[in-house]
Amino acid sequence: MSDIDVAYVAKLARLALTPAEIETFGAQLGALLEHVNALAALPTDDVAATAQVIAQRNVMRDDVEAPALDREIVLAQAPQREGPYFRVPRIIGEDR
Amino acid sequence: MTIDLSAVEIARLVNAREVSAVELAREAHERIAERDGAIGAFLAETAGLALRHAEHVDAGVRSGRHLPLAGVPLAVKDNMCLTDTPTTCASKILSGWIAPYTATAVQRLLDAGAIPVGKTNLDEFAMGSSCENSALGRTVNPWDSSRVPGGSSGGSVAAVAAGEATIALGSDTGGSIREPAAFCNVVGFKPTYGRVSRYGLIAFASSLDQIGPIASSVEDAALVYDLMAGKDPLDATTVDREVEPARTALREDLAGVRIGIVTEFGLEKLEPDVRAVYERAYADLERLGAELVEVGLPTAEFGVATYYLIAPAECSSNLARFDGMRYGLRVEAPDVTSTYEATRAAGFGDEVKRRILIGTYALSSGYYDAYYVRAQKARTLIAADFAKAFSSCDAIACPAAATPAFEFNAKTDPVSMYLMDYYTIPMSLAGLPSLSVPCGFVTPAGSAKPMPLGLELSAPLFAERSLLGIAHAYERGTRHAVSQRIPPIVRMGAAS
Repeated sequence: MSDIDVAYVAKLARLALTPAEIETFGAQLGALLEHVNALAALPTDDVAATAQVIAQRNVMRDDVEAPALDREIVLAQAPQREGPYFRVPRIIGEDR
Repeated sequence: MTIDLSAVEIARLVNAREVSAVELAREAHERIAERDGAIGAFLAETAGLALRHAEHVDAGVRSGRHLPLAGVPLAVKDNMCLTDTPTTCASKILSGWIAPYTATAVQRLLDAGAIPVGKTNLDEFAMGSSCENSALGRTVNPWDSSRVPGGSSGGSVAAVAAGEATIALGSDTGGSIREPAAFCNVVGFKPTYGRVSRYGLIAFASSLDQIGPIASSVEDAALVYDLMAGKDPLDATTVDREVEPARTALREDLAGVRIGIVTEFGLEKLEPDVRAVYERAYADLERLGAELVEVGLPTAEFGVATYYLIAPAECSSNLARFDGMRYGLRVEAPDVTSTYEATRAAGFGDEVKRRILIGTYALSSGYYDAYYVRAQKARTLIAADFAKAFSSCDAIACPAAATPAFEFNAKTDPVSMYLMDYYTIPMSLAGLPSLSVPCGFVTPAGSAKPMPLGLELSAPLFAERSLLGIAHAYERGTRHAVSQRIPPIVRMGAAS
């Protein structure tokens, strides 16, 4: 199982990797997948999937106004801001 | 010093105004100054905040309020938010980030009078079993500084073991409270999934993460748990179910208690000296009145494989938020995609990258059913095995880890590190309350320093009260923690 296209997975994960990292992570992921492939031995065909163990579904709350974080405190930590906004790189019109 | 007493005793003294919370805050500050250079438990001390909070606690006590944790020095794992203090997850991507709010679990302890003395080291984003994956500092095991404290809550357990804090908070996703607690001879308790609010805990694997107490005794852990547990409107995964106080149900013997010993966790796999410690622990449970029954967990051996699909999948999704746009590190690049890629490449360490890659792969088109869904089904089988086992016992006993703490750089292969959580992961997947309590020492080959081991006790969902009672009876009936409570690094420090 060492045929994982690590460069492709890294692209999906938005991680820039060096060629050396691609090689190292590729080998390590291959070893881990060998380990997890043991799960194929479990008879899971007729088993329901468990997302989490507590019988808790669709918890709702009333839609009421409540105090929120102070805008200035939050924006003070922005890598880049412009007035009351986060400043981010251009997204629309991107080629990639 | 007063800081060395139990949390129960400190709170009693402060409420009786025999000692002030301000004195405790000063003691903690002195302790950290004296010892943390050698231990490295803390990423940041919060001495100013501790002092201000202590003054507030003293004023409350003077005005007649009773505070169950009055003046008790508290260390907080640095993946939990505390207003106006840095919260880093031991990652470069959050280095310098100041939390704008406080986690509910932390706030409940502060409201009870605890004094926040500092933020502790961890494996980056709580991913690891040794604390070696921290990007911001190195924590050593107070019992032998050439060995790891365990992880990921390594700083929190080391702080308590070294007497730098009386209690600490950790988080446990696959063993991150229990394994380090065993390695450092303290009590570490992971409550049932959904019992303690995760609001303000920076998410790693949302179907598994749980906050829990670390303390020098089961009674202190129970006290902290009682104060933290319960529904929080800010965390929809908390369960709206009454919390029966555990501290008032602590027992002194195990008469009428059935303890399950897991067939598949046979002790013959362990080194002879480690095996002898656990054989004695089981015999002690019996001596204290418990009936030992053999139970089967045939799917538990698939725990690590199941976990290393589910946890990375959830991690890859949760950590997508670290994109350099609104907070934390941003590495500027020509366009938005390469900004994301460069930011995350510079901000995350190798283990975090590895898990993001595994998780992204397991969730990617064409592999989702074969990996992620299969793991979710395996989790169903593991939980069902536990449910069946608990039809014939009240709690399950097993080792918290197969070995004592290992030396730094001993586990360079990721899979061998992942297998450290062999005994803790199945309970996490089933959401069970589970804890580690000190159970004795072994001296590793080639070393002269005895290292602690932990007995893991686990109970059915929401049976915290029963579990803590059983652990307390074991602790009181064996006194492993008390008889050798002071690690050598501390004894040497105290002598100088």
